[in-house]
Amino acid sequence: MAIEFRHVSKTFPDGTTAVEDFSLSIPSHETTVLVGSSGCGKTTLLRMINRMVDPSSGSILIDGEDISGIPPVGLRRRIGYVMQNSGLLPHRTVADNVATVPMLTGVPKRKAREDALALLDRVGLDRGLAKRYPAQLSGGQQQRVGVARGLAVDPNILLMDEPFGAVDPIVRDELQQELLRLQGSLGKTVVFVTHDIDEAFLLGNQVVILQRGGRVAQVGSPKEILANPANDFVADFIGAKRGKRRLTAEAGASGDEVLLVDAAGYAAGVITAPGGRLELATAGSSPKSRSVSNKTDQAGDA
Amino acid sequence: MILLLQGVAWLLDPANWADSATPGLLSQLLGQLGITLASIVVAVVVAVPLGVLIGHTGRGRLVAIVASNAARALPTLGLFSVVVIALTLDPQWLAPVIPLALLGIPPLLAGTYAGIEAVDGQVVDAARAMGMTEWQVLLRVEIPLGAPLIVGGLRAAVLQTVATATLASFYGFTTIGNSILLGPDSNQYIPMIGGSLLVTVLALAIDGLFALLQRSSAPRGVSRGARRTTNAARGRFITSPAGTPISRGN
Ligand SMILES: Nc1ncnc2c1ncn2[C@@H]1O[C@H](COP(=O)(O)OP(=O)(O)OP(=O)(O)O)[C@@H](O)[C@H]1O
Ligand SMILES: [Mg+2]
Repeated sequence: MAIEFRHVSKTFPDGTTAVEDFSLSIPSHETTVLVGSSGCGKTTLLRMINRMVDPSSGSILIDGEDISGIPPVGLRRRIGYVMQNSGLLPHRTVADNVATVPMLTGVPKRKAREDALALLDRVGLDRGLAKRYPAQLSGGQQQRVGVARGLAVDPNILLMDEPFGAVDPIVRDELQQELLRLQGSLGKTVVFVTHDIDEAFLLGNQVVILQRGGRVAQVGSPKEILANPANDFVADFIGAKRGKRRLTAEAGASGDEVLLVDAAGYAAGVITAPGGRLELATAGSSPKSRSVSNKTDQAGDA
Repeated sequence: MILLLQGVAWLLDPANWADSATPGLLSQLLGQLGITLASIVVAVVVAVPLGVLIGHTGRGRLVAIVASNAARALPTLGLFSVVVIALTLDPQWLAPVIPLALLGIPPLLAGTYAGIEAVDGQVVDAARAMGMTEWQVLLRVEIPLGAPLIVGGLRAAVLQTVATATLASFYGFTTIGNSILLGPDSNQYIPMIGGSLLVTVLALAIDGLFALLQRSSAPRGVSRGARRTTNAARGRFITSPAGTPISRGN
């Protein structure tokens, strides 16, 4: 389920142009992260994929098919959507929330409920929560239910709009790891929106850095972007300019550990260097950005 | 005080409940309830779909507020002239029903659209994004979540109607007004007081019933058991809610 944006623009009725001439290829079975500061058009772009927003011009294709010809209701039922505030139906139990879309598509109630329980397992929720109402869950639990609901029809495409934006950093960490684990086994085409560059680098196979108006500043793998920021905006956004990504080793830590500090002199982490020698990772292992960006704060204000 | 006690005694006397030359209290009570019911049915048929439409689309709210307030300002005089016109209508029972329905429509309309409108825009947005049709959004999300306010509107409308239905006896319809309004003419103060008491008790009973109904209409999950509740569950009947723009996305 590859998704393609072709010269897409969106001007809202009130005259706001949220996206201008946006083109992007989103490969299937991978996670693409749209990252950029507030108001740059991320949500608008995401919602164009399930036709919650229709482009003013340009076209969007899913596996080569122009979605402007697909009735929105049917399209939305085939696409998972997870949003920041979970968007759960407050008057339905956890199990019923997860079972909602399958039941809309005609899956018998019993089966939908059973599947819902299995999905709760899958997203790391206790089955005992199935009978609770959303208001009786913590924010992190609600987000897990939101993810379970997004996966309920086993969609090929999963859209996630800052799903972990409203939970505390520890829970966010858990949820991110959970998503990585899930995605490792499911291989969905995930389009993930965030304004947190660390989250983008952690989760994304492909990261799209956006500027106001949905202008693409750079597209690439986290490695490519970190190694070669396309311009000052990107460098600034990912923190390279402020020296947050450029770490130097500092002697003085105990034993085989070497302390890494960023340009401002703040400790960013430690690295193991037996006998003072750093061993370079071999080509096969893919570095995760997290390991070098432990204390980078959110770059959203860039 | 003595008149009041006499009124109570008169109410408790079974002989006054049976029909004699004139309709007894039972017939009057049933007449009052019948006219109320018919009027409310008409009001519901008009106001609920309209209120749902306004609440769902967010369009026409201003028209509804103006019309409701205008209708509220006219009662006594306006009602009278409407009755005069209505008296010429063919099915005779329409004569009291139409003006009474007009009285019931404003609170019902306001309650309905306020109820629909008070539903969290993000919940509605999520329901749509999942692939619910507009009807499904309406029937499975907006109406259940807006129910307490809708029932609140119904409660206000019924209360208004059941009290005012008394006036229908002016035009020859059998209601408790028979006892009340015919009293002064013939110096029969005791039936007048008894009838007034009966109307009051009836209104209080109906209001109590609706209070219970309103509470139980709050969907589970947004009622008192839950930690957080939606505006709809918390809200009471409001006539002109501040327009809460539906925010789409985040
Ligand atoms: N329905 C709408 N009507 C008018 N303007 C809108 C609408 N939705 C979004 N916009 C505008 O379009 C621009 C992009 O909005 P969008 O929600 O896509 O940003 P975003 O990148 O998701 O921001 P955030 O990180 O704050 O969620 C903003 O200027 C916003 O005000
Ligand atoms: Mg957004």
